[in-house]
Amino acid sequence: MRYKWKDFNFVKAARPVFIGAIVLVLAGILSLSLFGLNYGIDFKSGSSVDISVSKPIDKAKVEEFLNGEEFGKYTFTSGEERVSIRFEAALTEAQQTKLESDFKEKFDESAAFEINIVDVEIAKEQELNALYGILIASVGIVIYVAIRFEWRFAISAVASLLFVAFMVITIFSLFRLEVNLPFILAILTIIGYSINDTVVIFDRIRENLRFAKLKTDSDLTEVVNKSISQTLTRSINTVVTVAFAAACLFAFGSEALKMFSLAMLLGLLIGAASSIFIASPLWHLLRRKAKPHKPKPQTAP
Amino acid sequence: MKRLLTFVLVVVVAFGVIVWSSPGLLHSTKLGLDLKGGFEILYEAQPLTEGGTVTKESLKETAKSLEKRANKTGVSEPEVTTEGSNRIRVKIAGVSDPEAVRAIMKKPAELEFRSASGCEADAGYCKVELLGSDFVEGAAKVVYNSLNEPLIQIEVKDKEKFAEISTRLVGKNLAIYLDDDMLSDPVVQQALTDGTATISGQRTIAEAKELADVINLGALPLSLTEKYSQSVGATLGQKSLEETALAGIVASIVILLFMLVFYRLPGFIACICLLVFVWVLLAVFWMMNATLTLPGIAAFILGIGIAVDTNIITAERIKDEIRNGKSISSALRSGNKNSFRTVIDAHITNIIVGAVLYFIGQGTVKGFAVVHLASIIINIATNLFLARFFLQLVVKSGRFNKPSYYGVKESEIRAL
Repeated sequence: MRYKWKDFNFVKAARPVFIGAIVLVLAGILSLSLFGLNYGIDFKSGSSVDISVSKPIDKAKVEEFLNGEEFGKYTFTSGEERVSIRFEAALTEAQQTKLESDFKEKFDESAAFEINIVDVEIAKEQELNALYGILIASVGIVIYVAIRFEWRFAISAVASLLFVAFMVITIFSLFRLEVNLPFILAILTIIGYSINDTVVIFDRIRENLRFAKLKTDSDLTEVVNKSISQTLTRSINTVVTVAFAAACLFAFGSEALKMFSLAMLLGLLIGAASSIFIASPLWHLLRRKAKPHKPKPQTAP
Repeated sequence: MKRLLTFVLVVVVAFGVIVWSSPGLLHSTKLGLDLKGGFEILYEAQPLTEGGTVTKESLKETAKSLEKRANKTGVSEPEVTTEGSNRIRVKIAGVSDPEAVRAIMKKPAELEFRSASGCEADAGYCKVELLGSDFVEGAAKVVYNSLNEPLIQIEVKDKEKFAEISTRLVGKNLAIYLDDDMLSDPVVQQALTDGTATISGQRTIAEAKELADVINLGALPLSLTEKYSQSVGATLGQKSLEETALAGIVASIVILLFMLVFYRLPGFIACICLLVFVWVLLAVFWMMNATLTLPGIAAFILGIGIAVDTNIITAERIKDEIRNGKSISSALRSGNKNSFRTVIDAHITNIIVGAVLYFIGQGTVKGFAVVHLASIIINIATNLFLARFFLQLVVKSGRFNKPSYYGVKESEIRAL
């Protein structure tokens, strides 16, 4: 099997993609400023209690029980095997113990608990920490890619990677999916994968540039198109396998990893598309602008 | 033929080792609290006495004493680390009664000097003479006598009280206890009236230093407040592990089949290298005595994804070269050369990300970064170098010269 895209003009197709991407980013900014993110307790403090139960539990009774316990405001969802409660306040140790023992007594002796309690200060710190990490890592990538390739590749790669990360965040904002530490992990994973993906295509562009005679705009376009189509089979095969792994994790994996694998799955697909339709054409755009100066020919390092 | 034999031999031996060691390796891989139940708490330390400050030494001492206490409750391998200037992170996996352990951890360190005066014969040291708070904060230090033996110099706040005690106990023992553990029971040599004393009898400098640190800790106990806690019930952790393992196995089988069908001979070699990769990663985990947690598994999955990608890049490149009309062995040579650069560049960018996260991140993010870094480095060793070595052995044996072994149809080959 071989994917035949030989004559497809990726660069040309990128124009509507760029416009679409800009619209999506604007929509994302709008969504984030209107709805924000549905922060889990890792980023806004509070307590999350997940209880896995061995028998179905009457929702109304649990609510009645929680109202009676006076642990402050809470939200509550329940499934067949799982009850999730989010308290706005950070429970004290004593409250936590009481909740566990009372719940066991009233509903299910063999209930198993997962309880996370986060203080406001730490919550803020964790979010900032993750953000700094992503920003500093981006700078690191820019520097490395600028040294090994050239700065235009670096800019394009980081633009694409930030776009992917932002899109996943937007989707989570739109669908009110819970943002917790595992989500940050997913974003980090996606960034790692996305760079990998972009660098592979850029590497091919760099290689093809060595033999290319760039006289006209269309020569440059052809180099980019050729490079993308040459690496396309690899791009598709890789995304299919890794996305399959993420999908398995989503379908069979543990509850704690559900949001992680969902974010990962979305990020993989967006990332693969972005490497092809955003990173590479963006480089093409930057490079074309530089044409009059006739940059010195690429040399292989 | 010789080469093929070498290949078969190496693979058989490698798999022998893998099959032989895997059960033990899997068994001894330390699982994190999210996979087998347990809890993690981030404490913020504050001085118990007013006006005191939390020093690095006192924080370290507190962490050490937390670890000792946790060990005493019989839990397996508690992880206690200091973070920043005033935080301590405690991770304990596999506890049956987390509440009890947490209560013990939270108690400030209690330093006591006890004597046996007025005690019954077999009661040991029962009378508390001095408390940690009787000592001048941070004043205990290691000094040396004329024979260059280490001594611990201590200083108390109340000279008269100390003079009274030491006068009464001349020739008797004054035992030092931390959290009910006896550390040392020196004999009082003379009445001490100026509020200072030296304790001798420590065999090594390190031992003396430790006792001095403990006394300083006792003089300035830190109170701990929980800033973050995560507790996972044992059955829930177990369930997480089983579900995640199932997902991993299903995904692995499909990925291996995919590689085999799509890339034939290079795919077969990729499968071998992927299995070796997973095994080496587990072995490194075991050697580093690292704990496998959910963030670790996330990084592991990314690692497998990148490992598969490495193989796909190489195999695709070789396919390309064959299609361009090269002979199998020269296609292998140039395919390897070209894919090497691609893979290395992609990996180094990933190493940069991993390193940044490792140095900046805390807790979860750090855990992710460690596994991410390890898996990238192991990936270069196994899926790049090992895969290349295997391919060379097989191709140079000259027995696999048909393009179809590499997933290329004859009709796709361009004439040169």
